[in-house]
Amino acid sequence: MQKFEYASPTTKEQAVALLGKSWGETEVLAGGTDLLSLMKDFIVTPKRVVNIKGIAELSLIRMPRNGSANIGALVTIEQLIDTLGRGFPAITDAAKGITSPQIRNMGTVGGDLLQRPRCWYYRAGFGLLPKGENGEPLVANGDNRYHAILGNDGEAKFVNPSSLAPALIALNAKIKIFGPAGGREVAADKFFVAPRSDSDREYTLEPNEIVMGISIPPTLGVRSATYEVRQKEALDWPLAAASVALTLDAAKKVKAARIALGHVAPTPWLAEAAAEYLTGKTINEDVAAEAGKIALAGAKPLSRNAYKVQLARVAVKRAILQAAG
Amino acid sequence: MAEYKWPEEGKRSHIGKRIKRLDGPDKVSGRAKYTYDLNRPGMLFGKVVRSPHAHAKIVSIDLSVAEKMPGVKAVKIIQGPGAEIQWAGDEIVVLAAETEGQAEDAARAVKIQYEKLPHFVNEQNWDAIPEANRRRPSEATAGDPAKAFKEADIVFEGSYGNEVITHCCLESHGLIAEWEDDKNLLVHQSTQSVSANGPQFAQALGIPAGNVRLKMEHIGGGFGSKFPVDRWGIEAAKLSKLAGGKPIKLMLERDSELMVAGSRPSVFAKVKVAAKKDGSITGWESEVWGSGGVGNFSFAGLLPYVFRAGVENRKEKFSVIGTNTGPQRAWRAPNHPQACLITMSAFDDLAAELKMDPLDLFLKNIALTGTRANVYRDELMKAAEMIEWKKMWRPRGEGAPGSTKYVKRGLGLSLHTWGGGGHASDCDLTIHPDGSVELKMGTQDLGVGTRTVLAIVAADTLGLPLDAVKVHIGDNRYPVSSGSGGSTTVGGVSSSTRRASIDALNALFEKVAPAMNTTAGKLEAVGGKIQEIGKPTNSMTWKQACAKLGTQPLTTRGKNPGKETLTTAGVGGVQMADVSVDIETGIVKMNNFVAVQDCGLIIDMKTAESQVFGAMIMGVTFALFEEKVMDAQTGRMLNPNMEFYRLAGLADIGNFKVHMMTGKGYDERGVIGVGEPPTVSPGAAISNAVANAIGVRVPSIPLTPDRVLAALEKKGGASAKI
Ligand SMILES: Cc1cc2nc3c(=O)[nH]c(=O)nc-3n(C[C@H](O)[C@H](O)[C@H](O)COP(=O)(O)OP(=O)(O)OC[C@H]3O[C@@H](n4cnc5c(N)ncnc54)[C@H](O)[C@@H]3O)c2cc1C
Repeated sequence: MQKFEYASPTTKEQAVALLGKSWGETEVLAGGTDLLSLMKDFIVTPKRVVNIKGIAELSLIRMPRNGSANIGALVTIEQLIDTLGRGFPAITDAAKGITSPQIRNMGTVGGDLLQRPRCWYYRAGFGLLPKGENGEPLVANGDNRYHAILGNDGEAKFVNPSSLAPALIALNAKIKIFGPAGGREVAADKFFVAPRSDSDREYTLEPNEIVMGISIPPTLGVRSATYEVRQKEALDWPLAAASVALTLDAAKKVKAARIALGHVAPTPWLAEAAAEYLTGKTINEDVAAEAGKIALAGAKPLSRNAYKVQLARVAVKRAILQAAG
Repeated sequence: MAEYKWPEEGKRSHIGKRIKRLDGPDKVSGRAKYTYDLNRPGMLFGKVVRSPHAHAKIVSIDLSVAEKMPGVKAVKIIQGPGAEIQWAGDEIVVLAAETEGQAEDAARAVKIQYEKLPHFVNEQNWDAIPEANRRRPSEATAGDPAKAFKEADIVFEGSYGNEVITHCCLESHGLIAEWEDDKNLLVHQSTQSVSANGPQFAQALGIPAGNVRLKMEHIGGGFGSKFPVDRWGIEAAKLSKLAGGKPIKLMLERDSELMVAGSRPSVFAKVKVAAKKDGSITGWESEVWGSGGVGNFSFAGLLPYVFRAGVENRKEKFSVIGTNTGPQRAWRAPNHPQACLITMSAFDDLAAELKMDPLDLFLKNIALTGTRANVYRDELMKAAEMIEWKKMWRPRGEGAPGSTKYVKRGLGLSLHTWGGGGHASDCDLTIHPDGSVELKMGTQDLGVGTRTVLAIVAADTLGLPLDAVKVHIGDNRYPVSSGSGGSTTVGGVSSSTRRASIDALNALFEKVAPAMNTTAGKLEAVGGKIQEIGKPTNSMTWKQACAKLGTQPLTTRGKNPGKETLTTAGVGGVQMADVSVDIETGIVKMNNFVAVQDCGLIIDMKTAESQVFGAMIMGVTFALFEEKVMDAQTGRMLNPNMEFYRLAGLADIGNFKVHMMTGKGYDERGVIGVGEPPTVSPGAAISNAVANAIGVRVPSIPLTPDRVLAALEKKGGASAKI
């Protein structure tokens, strides 16, 4: 690990003042379950690490009776599961998939959203947009069995690893941010971006901003679910996942739908056409399968990951059926 | 001369019982110290600088910065300019520093210039293998295969394969080497070979064999990969000398462990089977290739696996493919799992082609297995009963009971064999005048229960409770016992221990017989007493008897003389798997997995069963998850970590049932060994179960969703593609 300066601020103002103006100079430390591995492997080499665990307000949870929720960035995955209870199945389904118990007890909501890609070329030190010695792109020509099938036209071909992000997007959540200029909120589906260079990040946060937490709008009457296709039950990320939120009318027809896919693109993937297709329909297996097809209509598999298209379609189908109940 | 036999069934006080391993509490509480846990006074940390390239020439090495880094005590070049590197991860420079962090920093400061050379790392596709990487094939023909295939009612052709997998020891390879003085080396090493490695260090370092002390209390896995002293072992010793003899701890990092410390060859095969309409197999043809990295391996004499003895018409071709990856090492039952997969898949496919129940087809051909046909028949029937084969099995693709629209259930079976036996083993058994007993042996307990087995054999023989025997192992100052390989440890060590115990007991009988007014030959040791056979009232407690030794403890040397009544070799086993396959996602889940195994006389039922359980977990992992993924572009391993190198967890393995064959026909064969055989069948049994569930063969292992979905789309598959 490269030597670094360690800071432990107790207010958000102090924290952002300690952060650098460009990515790479400084890193925020929450649970550390991802950051420490990145540092040990010299994938990130910050000069200063800013531990935010001393900032009390980041651990707050507010759940008013209207079915909305405000969750601080430092709330652990396990606390999230405990607090949300049965009201937010899309989120809790996804959170329960994050294994092991140790990770759920150390890992935080903010850290889950901001964890770095698991791409095996990136983690081996070939860069976020991995290139060989002569600048040749490694993912497109290499072993891309776990890489993106959607949104992979640019150089970014990794998949966003967060399981919580698609669920938050399906539920129209906002991400609360604090920086030198004060607080701001971004819709979860606008928060993630595909980086264009190795020094960009996968989200629209500024280097000297921190995530304060998430706010989920009222969910009363919303049926939601997340379905993950995972090969192993524990210590593994899904191969594809879908989070779905539905509101049904009295006749059980879909009034509104939102579908977001995970682990298929460099960002969580909002499937708008599929959601639109569902609107006005009664959910059955054929309708759900069709929505899966529509969600993946634009998929452009790489040389070795065409199978993920099927997995993602199935995830959408099953999430819809599960949400509809 | 004493007669060396195992006690009759009714006369065993510990042997064959279900006894918990003696070091269990130490292990679960963390008191057990592995090499990785040890910290010696003044210890330095060693790091190896490895080649990032799969094939390259070293042009220059610059140590100047590294040498001056804080804490650095010694730096040494292992392979210098001009050397040709053949695999990514090979050792170039080794160094030691006061802290692990300093050593790592210094390793990163070593500057090495390479001239890159072309590499080849992917051997799966025969047509894409360059001529230069195909080593000269071995070919063999027996009987008249052309005639057999011409006259066959049916000729089945199939292709099968499995990838290179690694040993992935949870405690990585490594050691602590230190010089006690100029000429004497002390080594703590994580090894399968406590007695044999001292001389190897000595030879490499130019010191007498007796000057190397080697110790190991506990080991976190070896599986065949931890026999050698390894180049990094010798280099750590040399580096320690450079550092003034200070202890140097050099344990491989996880990525190195997976890249260079052991792998098992891949094998791919095109197979033809000739058979009659009734399922009788009459001929075999196979073209096989595979890679053990830069290493060699042989597949001769294995196919068709288990049935070879009776399949007289055979034609075989086998080619080793050289790749720029680390050399293969022996992996629990070397070559058998691959041979088993190829054979049992082909026979299972043949049964499907003939619309036969594979259990019937295997039974029909059971005589072809040769001398152990009856064992296999008994084991097949037992396993079938345990998994309810007749109730559950359905023809391929129909789905066993419990199947749903998208989740199809299936059953599969496989047979396997292994040698085992007893390796050379010496031990010293000492009875002290105070009645305590010590056993010393230069063996090792690979986590399998060797310590426990030694105590059981000695205590059973001496008529004592288990805790009366103190077992000392894991030190090359003790009598020499071989390395643990080939499933020969339990045979070897229990034979030498039984003999030492019988001899010691007879010597004790001689001492006490006069006081009991009888002769030694009329005495027995039972329940903590020495008593007259048939006249138990004439007795003495063990303690009283030992007091007759005076001041001199009694020590006897036990030796396993090789093949004799206490051990033999050769076992058979049967496994049956029951799986569910999600045909929309290609995900395979284990439902039930049954193993029936024989291994002669069982010393400890519990640890024997544990060996089978462990093998089945490893086997599920092999069948469903494991692959050493090599990147064609960079020549590097892409998954040298515990994230993408997937191992099965408890939630992935389903329900296991194990049955050990014991009693008549088994016990009298003596102790044989069971570490390896049960790892052989899982790949084949699970692959067959998947084929049965989904109606089509997934040709190669691991059975990952991409492979399962691809197979499902083929003719006959129950594809549920959206
Ligand atoms: C074996 C294993 C399996 C896993 N499986 C899954 C899975 O299935 N699904 C899934 O989603 N995740 C999975 N994870 C990832 C896990 O959820 C994350 O590692 C964890 O949530 C990260 O949280 P943390 O608090 O430890 O983050 P840290 O490691 O502390 O930080 C992660 C990143 O986020 C930044 N960061 C953290 N908090 C903030 C903040 N408030 N403001 C600004 N920047 C911040 C850090 O600078 C760093 O770059 C798995 C992890 C492991 C080890």
